Amino acid sequence: MSMRLLLLCTLLTLVLFGFVFWDIASKGAGALSLEFLLTHPRKGMTAGGILPAVIGTTYVTLLTALFAIPFGVATAIFLSEYARDTRSTRLIRAAIRNLAGVPSIIYGLFGVALFVQGMGMGPSLLASGLTLGLLTLPYIVATGEEALRNVPESYREGALALGATHWQSIHSVVLPAAMPGMVTGSLLGLSRAAGETAPILFTGVAFYLRYLPGSVWDEFMALPYHLFILSTQHHAIHEVRPLAYGTALALLGLVILLNVIAFLVRMRYKTSR
Amino acid sequence: MRVSAHRADRVASVLFHFAGWMSVAILAGIFIMLLLNGALVFAQITPLEFFWGFQWNPAAFETPHFGILPLVFSTLLVTFGAMLIAVPLGVATAAYLAEVAPVGVYRLFKPFIELFAGVPSVAVGFIGITVLAPAIARIFGLNNGLNALNGSILLALMALPTIITVAEEAIRSVPDTFREASYALGANRRTTLWRVTLPAAMSGILASIMLGLGRALGETMTVLMATGNASAFPNGFFDPVRTMTATIAIELGETAQGSTHYYALFAVGAVLFGISMLVNILSERIARRYRYKR
Repeated sequence: MSMRLLLLCTLLTLVLFGFVFWDIASKGAGALSLEFLLTHPRKGMTAGGILPAVIGTTYVTLLTALFAIPFGVATAIFLSEYARDTRSTRLIRAAIRNLAGVPSIIYGLFGVALFVQGMGMGPSLLASGLTLGLLTLPYIVATGEEALRNVPESYREGALALGATHWQSIHSVVLPAAMPGMVTGSLLGLSRAAGETAPILFTGVAFYLRYLPGSVWDEFMALPYHLFILSTQHHAIHEVRPLAYGTALALLGLVILLNVIAFLVRMRYKTSR
Repeated sequence: MRVSAHRADRVASVLFHFAGWMSVAILAGIFIMLLLNGALVFAQITPLEFFWGFQWNPAAFETPHFGILPLVFSTLLVTFGAMLIAVPLGVATAAYLAEVAPVGVYRLFKPFIELFAGVPSVAVGFIGITVLAPAIARIFGLNNGLNALNGSILLALMALPTIITVAEEAIRSVPDTFREASYALGANRRTTLWRVTLPAAMSGILASIMLGLGRALGETMTVLMATGNASAFPNGFFDPVRTMTATIAIELGETAQGSTHYYALFAVGAVLFGISMLVNILSERIARRYRYKR
């Protein structure tokens, strides 16, 4: 009886989750097409496609990756390979864990104060990319450190015994072994960044732009923000509902794609050992 | 060759130490920036007006009010509602996955739950507008369904993957000897689960709830889209609410840098930051208290 109750709760949870996917997929499928993805919005965004939002999200996610991956991986290497268990490294670990729990809108505030105003970048791709980079950083550090810790100690000892320096053992033995885990973590972190809206609200995303961004100093359109305005801010909300569903499906598709790639990387690694 | 290898080794060491300390600097930077900018609001209004103010009306023509209480209460109301839904569902699902589910079922369900954790909050908020709001309006006979209840249901969805994942791990980490001892005393699976395994995993389950709570507290887009955003003091789940996160998201774009309103929003951010840090630290404390060696 009580076991059946557990199953019932599980099924209810899965049905709720499934409903979100199903609703967006079924209602968005009609709007989503290659043409939708590859054309500009027209007629006050009541027709046409979402090309600038697709491009903007791609650019800002690449900038996020450019900032968060090298920095996050370096921090992970530091924590796993260099840091001894001292008070200061415990402080660093605690800082990173807590950074991961900071609400994303706080990163938005920080981005406004530091990048947009403090450093005078103005609302731009760069300011948004850096803000999202900060948001993604703790995630990449945490997953990277875990991947490094899963590399057996004997690998390091073997390299050192052969006369490698600490750095040589890390870069030619430990890192290659930890690579799949790091790639998976980075992809998941980026997929989260790609779907974020709150941190870019005031750091660079725009309602509507006629031109694609030409440099990192330009404002940009983004898929999540586009979905937000089509569903809440647009002057003809009901008229553009199909476009909103199409945008939602495109966003969901992007996130799922990144997740599936991450999943495949992990699977491949598991079977190859 | 040897010399350059050793030099590379030293350079690497310096670089990695630098990266590690930068993370601390960033966290400290966020904290200090919020605190400083937030504190500046008290040059223009008193702390009492801010922390014990029952009215948030920054755009009022005559006397603007910057009382944070309606925002805090809204956040707590929506989060509390979300937890009422997410805790029983999440813990039950975690218990099912850890203790009952056959391997095949587990392999099917688990990736699906992980995938849902990645759904952007703006997409969940969108469902709140298009599906949940009309449904709530129809069921309860309201003019519109953009209210605290809507936000609670959506936030429950967003907190569930966190709760399930962490609670499942906690239940799995209970040593098998506990279960075996219980079976040996003649208890059946059900009694073992409720009287032995779940109580033994309680600290991890509590930590999972705290983490889910933290997730719900800080969620922005979902509540911004689905809760109606009235800044009046809410009376219950059928009232529209405006959480701390949504207030920042709505108002930061329209305030002039350096105005009282601008600093008040940073002060709201600082309070939110403080609450979420507290929740994080508590969840860590709880999780650490009883941890079984695997």
